[in-house]
Amino acid sequence: MLELINLSKTFHAGTVNEKRALNHLNLKMEDGDFATIVGSNGAGKSTMFNAIAGTFYPDEGSILMDGRDITFVKEHRRSVYIGRLFQDPLMGTAPHMTIEENLAIAYLRASTQQHAYFSRISRKEKELFREQLAMLDMGLEDRMKNPVGLLSGGQRQALTLLMATMVTPKILLLDEHTAALDPGTAAKVLELTKQIVKERNITCLMVTHNMNQALELGNRTIMMSDGGIALDIKGKEREGMTVEDLLQQFAKKAGEAFNNDRILLSTEEEK
Amino acid sequence: MSAFLTAGIVRTALELGLIYSLVALSLFISYSILNICDLSTDGCYTLGCAVGAVVTIAGHPILAIFAAMAAGVCSGFIVAILQTKLGVESILAGIIVNTGLYTINLAVMGFKSNLSVFGSDTIYDLFGNIIPGNKAWASWSPLLLLAIILCIVCVVIYLFLGTRLGLSIRATGDSPAMVRASSINPAFTIIVGLCVSNSLTGMAGCLIGQFNGSSDINLGTGMVTVALASLIIGEMFFQHRGMALRIVGVIFGSVLYRFAMSLALRLNIPTEAFKLVSALIVAIALTTPQVRKLVSLHRQKRKQMLG
Repeated sequence: MLELINLSKTFHAGTVNEKRALNHLNLKMEDGDFATIVGSNGAGKSTMFNAIAGTFYPDEGSILMDGRDITFVKEHRRSVYIGRLFQDPLMGTAPHMTIEENLAIAYLRASTQQHAYFSRISRKEKELFREQLAMLDMGLEDRMKNPVGLLSGGQRQALTLLMATMVTPKILLLDEHTAALDPGTAAKVLELTKQIVKERNITCLMVTHNMNQALELGNRTIMMSDGGIALDIKGKEREGMTVEDLLQQFAKKAGEAFNNDRILLSTEEEK
Repeated sequence: MSAFLTAGIVRTALELGLIYSLVALSLFISYSILNICDLSTDGCYTLGCAVGAVVTIAGHPILAIFAAMAAGVCSGFIVAILQTKLGVESILAGIIVNTGLYTINLAVMGFKSNLSVFGSDTIYDLFGNIIPGNKAWASWSPLLLLAIILCIVCVVIYLFLGTRLGLSIRATGDSPAMVRASSINPAFTIIVGLCVSNSLTGMAGCLIGQFNGSSDINLGTGMVTVALASLIIGEMFFQHRGMALRIVGVIFGSVLYRFAMSLALRLNIPTEAFKLVSALIVAIALTTPQVRKLVSLHRQKRKQMLG
């Protein structure tokens, strides 16, 4: 369904700050895949998400969605079928607008017709929003006229999750979306995530720094290092894997890549 | 007291307050909602006045309002294109357009620095002629007409901000990251927002031109500060309320500002001082949150030192 082919991106090319963020990255997600992504800081996890979401265009390579080339499709057009949650719970919602208005904006993705510009939130939609909010079990359905800024971080992240999935996306990108929440709330948001992803069979990519989560959640674990996929563990191999195994593999792979990088750097210096 | 505030002064303050509240509403859309400092307001206001005057002199006072609004839309469109598609800083985009508009405004007025509308029918004349020969009607009808126009504008703005497009515009200023993740093109919403906002500025220019009976190239100087002062006064009262109250608050702020100015006039403060007073009001209002923070920090420090 989603295919990244030979994707490369270099930031600040030609300066001392040159950073090869994505390095000939290849990834193929099947329908209904739920992959967790681990990797150290700077491994390219968020950069890959940004490339998929269209925040920037890659220097090289292409992105296919259901076989269609979307490499140069604009970000706001892609967001019709890509749902995304950030680590910062404040990023996914508009604080000075009410819960209802936020949901209405998320629901815009459902209406692709141009003439919908001047339509208002209908009673039927309000009913739908109410039902969906009730699903979160946070009492938000009775606070639909409240500005989102009054909600807690966990509530806002749950709301963002709802907004990202209300119109079922083809793929859901979760960038450490529970990392900024307290443990109890994080567990709750994660539970909701699992439930929604499973119910709707959404293809999902989730960045995490929690190795337990990386193995428990979903059906694939992907390890990134130096802008590429270092490990892609699935099926039988994944079932028997412990956190220890994963960490060992991680150290081994990351180490190799590090050495490779050093070789690259030294040859470049000689030129 | 009755001698201090005569009916005439109250009426004029209300009339001017209502006209200027259109500019404040324009800034409400660009500054409060879209979170963009649109500094082309001064030029756009004069543009509205100049275009309005020319069309009024040609004998179409009502059409003049729409022509002025259309001129405002064009001006807003250029400001928006500069900052969304061509990557100019939003403040610079406004300043550039504002500078360019000076020449455009002169050109519209036939390269004269002012243009008189006297002798041509204005909308106030048309409305006043509905009941001819009545003295009270003659003096109060302009205010009534302006109140009607403002009511219509407010209702339209309120309804517009409730539509999907309006909500998208509000979200663009509130949370850009969310907007991009919600299939809204922020460039598009900024363009629409600034066009709507500047159409109101243009309209205000036209109404004041017909009201004063003339158009002047320097009419708009400092307008953005005056409107910002009105906006801030208005937002002070209804900041965390619903959209409808906030819109009414902006008009309220503008009228209040005009009253303050009328009082100042009665106290024989020279008109030349008004711009400084406006600037002071805006500066005080904008610095208040920071000053408040510093004061409370100071108190906290003292408390801890004593305890």
